Amino acid sequence: MSTADVTEQRPSTLRSASLPKWSPWAIAAGSIVVAVGIGAGAGLDSKVQWGLIAALLFIFGTFAVAAKVEGKRQAKDRVVTALVWVAFLLALIPLVSLIWTTVKRGVKVLDPYFLTHSMGIVSDSEPGGGIYHAIIGSLEQVGLATAIGAPVGVLTAVYLVEYGRGGLAKAVTFFVDVMTGIPSIVAGLFILSLMLMFDMQPFGFAGSLALAILMMPVVVRSTEEMLKLVPNELREASLALGVPKWRTILKVVLPTSIGGITTGIMLAIARIAGETAPILLLVWGNSFINNNPFSGAQQALPLYIYQQYANSSGSTAAYDRAWAASLTLIAFVMILNLVARGIARWKAPKTGR
Amino acid sequence: MDISTKTTDASPPTPAAVGKHGAARTKSRPGDRVFLGLSRGSGILLLVIMAAIAVFLTYRASLAISKDHGNFLTTFEWNTNLIPPTFGIAVLAFGTVVSSVIAMALAVPVAVAIALFLTHYAPRRLSGPVAYVIDLLAAVPSIVYGLWGALILVPHMNGLFGWLNHYFGWTGIFSWDGGAPRSMLTVGILLAIMILPIITNVSREVFRQVPQMHEEAALALGATRWEVIRMAVLPFGRSGVISASMLGLGRALGETMAVATVLSPDFDIHASLLNPGGGTFAQNIASKFGEATQDGRDALIASGLILFVITLLVNGAARAIIARRKEYSGANA
Repeated sequence: MSTADVTEQRPSTLRSASLPKWSPWAIAAGSIVVAVGIGAGAGLDSKVQWGLIAALLFIFGTFAVAAKVEGKRQAKDRVVTALVWVAFLLALIPLVSLIWTTVKRGVKVLDPYFLTHSMGIVSDSEPGGGIYHAIIGSLEQVGLATAIGAPVGVLTAVYLVEYGRGGLAKAVTFFVDVMTGIPSIVAGLFILSLMLMFDMQPFGFAGSLALAILMMPVVVRSTEEMLKLVPNELREASLALGVPKWRTILKVVLPTSIGGITTGIMLAIARIAGETAPILLLVWGNSFINNNPFSGAQQALPLYIYQQYANSSGSTAAYDRAWAASLTLIAFVMILNLVARGIARWKAPKTGR
Repeated sequence: MDISTKTTDASPPTPAAVGKHGAARTKSRPGDRVFLGLSRGSGILLLVIMAAIAVFLTYRASLAISKDHGNFLTTFEWNTNLIPPTFGIAVLAFGTVVSSVIAMALAVPVAVAIALFLTHYAPRRLSGPVAYVIDLLAAVPSIVYGLWGALILVPHMNGLFGWLNHYFGWTGIFSWDGGAPRSMLTVGILLAIMILPIITNVSREVFRQVPQMHEEAALALGATRWEVIRMAVLPFGRSGVISASMLGLGRALGETMAVATVLSPDFDIHASLLNPGGGTFAQNIASKFGEATQDGRDALIASGLILFVITLLVNGAARAIIARRKEYSGANA
């Protein structure tokens, strides 16, 4: 059927009129003008509505014009193009809004004082205080989690790529996949159930354990991909020289892929640094500085944001602190991301592709 | 010649090594044994952790459920401090499903459109940076989404809610009594924004693997770009998009902080998506944890177990679809 359509239309398609290249822009400009007209005329005060009207006008306008000049099939194609562009622009709105608000509201109280002082006895509704205790807590918890999660993850990936055959490897691969999807709060509940067994009070390291569980599958996945990129010739050359397998892995395979592995670990750190739920269950939060992750409640940046939001009953000072802490957290995560990508590019394995 | 000398040079020790090779190679080298033990041990450790999560959650949950005075599945209440405690997950299950369904309905079409945009529509100069920005969007911590949702998105929902209520209020689903828009629909929209990046990323990878030949064949038949996508790209990528959506669904089901900050919860099932109320598994755990006693915590663990099982099923299904696809596509070398 469709082939018949195409053959019938072919001669006409080749010669048929087509819209000039600037036509989408013209239609877009036209629909924006009309939308502004309608919006101002009808007294719609929400700019979002103006935007929606403009988007609708653009899509229908495109279809009408293209159907008139170019025919139905081309018109459909143009409408889909318009829709795809609209979807893309639509998705940019929340991102831009999120970054913009965080930066705008965050810089208000973000200064050296904020970074170097704890909340102490500052009550949630008063201005002042800072996030020093939260930074300390976050660094310790995430650091300990990395110290556990990263080696286990890398070793598991080594097992899967270098040794893994048979049932055990298959089971591990499957459960690593499944583990990637564990909600962070479930990891928190697991550690909580252990703590209930031994009747323990909240402390930083418990949070680290939950974070390590969340980190492991991510590290396994990324490390696995990187180890698979190492050319077999390198392994064979090393083994042929009589180097034991474990030294081949340590001295040839891992150094070749170290860039990618580091990137994977850093991305995993960026992911767990923003986790709130397990910290809420296991570390509790604390407005004083607690440098010891193995005893007593601690604070962490994500939890600090939540508590400033939730416990302050709408005080502006607390919201300002929450935004400033969000900005700090986003900056930390973004820097980790950027550095990780930089390392990936700089140390990309030379596979000779 | 060089090579041959090397081989002969190396050969004297080789026979000995070869002799031990098959039987005793791993045993002869303690380093190998230790290293294999370590790496296999880590793999086993992961399995043990998964098993331990299931076992411990089930154990604590069974403690809680045995004390539950109500019906764990159907009670519309969460009073763990009563004696005897009375609680049930009906409202939570309903809220979790509703908010995730809204999120999926909004996020999947947009994510697929963005993935198509990145692979087939965007100018080359734009698609690189955009893909990067989408990655960054995925890296923003959920608590920041939560803060943004509660302080920025919620006030902006008033207009939309008023409009929906005005035109679609008669359906009951979109009726609104004018309260703060901290409702399931707002939660669904926020979750949609949060799961957009992961669905986009996975779909993009799938669309990239569409064999060039299929697209060129369609183009050669005179297809427009949309027809190429409909005839070649979407059929090829369908299972990939489905599994991407299920990965997103897994995220939405387990999202805690963003829901906890935005939703104003209660323990009832509401027909309207616009009026505040309801709750989700993860949100309920975060909100009720502070006031929970020992029994209360066990009850929360029991609801967490249900969440764990649901996400396992969803993620397992997503992975199974991806794995099956890998076998027949041939595009994954």
